[in-house]
Amino acid sequence: MNPTYTRRSFIGTSLFAGASSLMASRLVFAHAPTDARFVFVLLRGALDGLSAVPPVGDPEYPGLRGQIALAKSGEGAVLPLEGPFGLHPALKFLHDSYLAKELAVLHAVASPYRERSHFDAQNVLESGDARPHGSTSGWINRALTALPSGKSREAGVALGANVPLAMRGPAEVASWSPTKITALDDATLARITDLYARDPLLSRRLADALESDAIASEAQAAADAEAGDAAMAMTGVKPATVVERDAQVKRNYNARYAETARAAAGFLKRDDGPRVAMFDTTGWDTHANEGGAQGQLALRLRGLDAAMAALKESLGPVWRSTVVLVATEFGRTAAINGTRGTDHGTGAAAFLLGGAVAGGRVLADWPGLARGNLLDDRDLKPTRDLRTVMKGVLRDHLGVPSAALDGQVFPDSTGARPMDGLIRG
Amino acid sequence: MIPARKDTAAAIAANRFGLGARPGELEAVARDPQDWLVRQIKGAPPVLAGEGLRPSAETLAKAIELRKQVARERREKKNAGADDDTAQVASALRLPAVYRPVYIDEAYARFAHAIGTAQPFLERLTQFWSNHFAVSIDKIAVLGLAGAMEREAIRPRVTGHFTDLLLAVEKHPTMLLYLDNQASIGPNSKAAGFVGRRGNGRKAGINENLAREILELHTLGVSGGYTQGDVTTFARAISGWSIGGEDSGRKLRRLGVDNGSPGEFHFREIFHEPGAKRLLGKSYGEDGLRQGEAILRDLAMRRETARHVSTKLARHFIADDPPAAVVDRMTHAWLESKAHLPSVYRALIESPESWEQPFGKFKTPADYIYSAHRALGIPLRDKRRSLQAFEALGQRNFMPGSPAGWPDSSADWDGSSGLLKRVAWADAVAQRMGDARNARELAPQLLGDTLSEETAKAIGRAESGSQALTLLLASPEFMRR
Repeated sequence: MNPTYTRRSFIGTSLFAGASSLMASRLVFAHAPTDARFVFVLLRGALDGLSAVPPVGDPEYPGLRGQIALAKSGEGAVLPLEGPFGLHPALKFLHDSYLAKELAVLHAVASPYRERSHFDAQNVLESGDARPHGSTSGWINRALTALPSGKSREAGVALGANVPLAMRGPAEVASWSPTKITALDDATLARITDLYARDPLLSRRLADALESDAIASEAQAAADAEAGDAAMAMTGVKPATVVERDAQVKRNYNARYAETARAAAGFLKRDDGPRVAMFDTTGWDTHANEGGAQGQLALRLRGLDAAMAALKESLGPVWRSTVVLVATEFGRTAAINGTRGTDHGTGAAAFLLGGAVAGGRVLADWPGLARGNLLDDRDLKPTRDLRTVMKGVLRDHLGVPSAALDGQVFPDSTGARPMDGLIRG
Repeated sequence: MIPARKDTAAAIAANRFGLGARPGELEAVARDPQDWLVRQIKGAPPVLAGEGLRPSAETLAKAIELRKQVARERREKKNAGADDDTAQVASALRLPAVYRPVYIDEAYARFAHAIGTAQPFLERLTQFWSNHFAVSIDKIAVLGLAGAMEREAIRPRVTGHFTDLLLAVEKHPTMLLYLDNQASIGPNSKAAGFVGRRGNGRKAGINENLAREILELHTLGVSGGYTQGDVTTFARAISGWSIGGEDSGRKLRRLGVDNGSPGEFHFREIFHEPGAKRLLGKSYGEDGLRQGEAILRDLAMRRETARHVSTKLARHFIADDPPAAVVDRMTHAWLESKAHLPSVYRALIESPESWEQPFGKFKTPADYIYSAHRALGIPLRDKRRSLQAFEALGQRNFMPGSPAGWPDSSADWDGSSGLLKRVAWADAVAQRMGDARNARELAPQLLGDTLSEETAKAIGRAESGSQALTLLLASPEFMRR
């Protein structure tokens, strides 16, 4: 890695400070020799697909869902999709994207994992291996190493103090995340760099961090200037508006999601920036008081929706070459439990979003919610392997060679054929 | 058994098994490093004292009262037609306002103890168990209770039997709330009938969250051989494990149902699913509260549990992939001693593998912060500011984010941003300390002969006292343990 960098300061301020909120979220990036952008959004904790994409036309749905069932019409009604499906009313931007044919909704999907542990399920979803703990690297990272390298640089940038499994592996990724700690002086830093010279891991990590920090400083400066200009145009007063906006961000954790997405866009839209990003969030494990059109899950969905809207807005023209995959480790039980929530299930919903997506469709081989059609008498039965979607995107969007998909990227997955036609032709 | 050089063994004892040496400590440890560890796990652990600490039941009773009050006020406002969003938001903020100061007091007391204790191995064990039985304050319901659970259920039992620890944790109101068991109602329980008849569409039922995580995380482990059926059955067995003082409805009150003491564990007999339960091939007769307790006792003694927990302990202290021989010895000690934890710890520290190769693991942010404080005796500021480092370095107290707890492999912590933050924090600390500490004298006192020549040289050549301290704290050997 090139050791010359320009450091201004740590990002001690406003914009990115929200990322370490109560609702955890982080961003990780990697470079790739392509102009296509790919963002993987992982919702940890198991999103309730039957609330995010409620099959309101399925006759069993209202009975199974009881108090948290969403309505087909009237107050708090779902936003209509094709077939028996609707979108949760909190997902307004996603619905607009569906109408603009930039959103494909996937339902009754699952990874190959069939047990109900969050942690093993996330491990399978991130590693790309069919069994939990089958690999210590992730499918995204291995996919990047399979790209025919047109460019020399494959090092990455990660926002977030640590790297999630999906992005770990032979392709180097570093991390960046906001910090309130003041800057080191360059002389001390040079001595630390010397001190690490005989420690390969620490010296690589330090070099990566300093480079990411420099990029983030630029992104921060640009974002501040933009916000300042806009504020000045409206009010003639720059600093107060920026301060006020930041205070709002702190108050509202939904806005923090959006800010994190904007930060991601700041990296992704650079010509020399990373091409792949991962954004993971927690808080989807709704065992109790899940809520319907309003409530806990609605609040989180609104945050997700706002983040996706912010990503599109901030990416500008680059949105046209962007695909976002939003997925979760498994779905939740078809029926409501005793505490107005849902327990761990199997079949889930997922989203493909972006200017490059052949959208405006619900891609589901719907198994139905009638008792005999449920898996183990409790869960939505999965009818599509999520890996077929991942493979379709990797092949048709990022240009990962087919030959690498069945073994290197997703070991022993020949049966899961890449889905055709997910990407706009 | 352990390295011939007592100096190396002392540095390993203080850093790998402890929370980092305090100046002067290595000399005392070096007399008999193993014995120094063994003495810490004898007898009852000290009680954690600190300003503002109070029983969880008191805090929780306040929270329950507050919730009832908010509900009452909202009903009144709704009747008056004035229940708007602003009112709702304002009332939603009232619980965190009560809980946050309690959380700060708890986190600070734990921090102050960790940096001052003469039994750092015992403290590492306490925090290991706290992470094994993790609750996370991103669920606001446990914000003011997480610290108290560690103090009340975990800390006093770290040198006892695993069974007692397990029972105390699973019955603690904090855990019941965190994993949603307090309102889990058996479908054939007495309460189910009432709930169903209220006609509001609500059906009584169990919530299997706690039962699943007990099997998957706290005892057998995910490959421990249980089925979805076992999870559901176990959830039924512990339905009724609840909290006192929650309003159980006017109708139930009229029937004279016991509502328990506010904020304490309460077995709500009317929530309990009656009948015998068959779990992991064994039948448990209907016995109220004791049915679930019997299952937990059996789980504690199973080989899968012994192996799962021993592996985690060995991974925590020795290496990401702990030597199989050590895990075998610990598992054996567990089963032989009926889960007597000090016997398991002894199997760990008496294994020669535990004393090989220093620097096996990258410190977690918390361990890094503790060790820097122990090394330098950094003057403490007010509680809130003293705790900021944990958030800044990525390991906020009691907030691992999931019931699986903080991850425990080096790769989970050695990201580049994490490293840079540590270095920057170390530098900020060093600048505050200035010339008040002499890094050249301190370095061998903290690291013994694990101090490398390169680090010693860099410290010696530093251009200022504070830069020398930065280099000491940033050195590869201080980053690891």
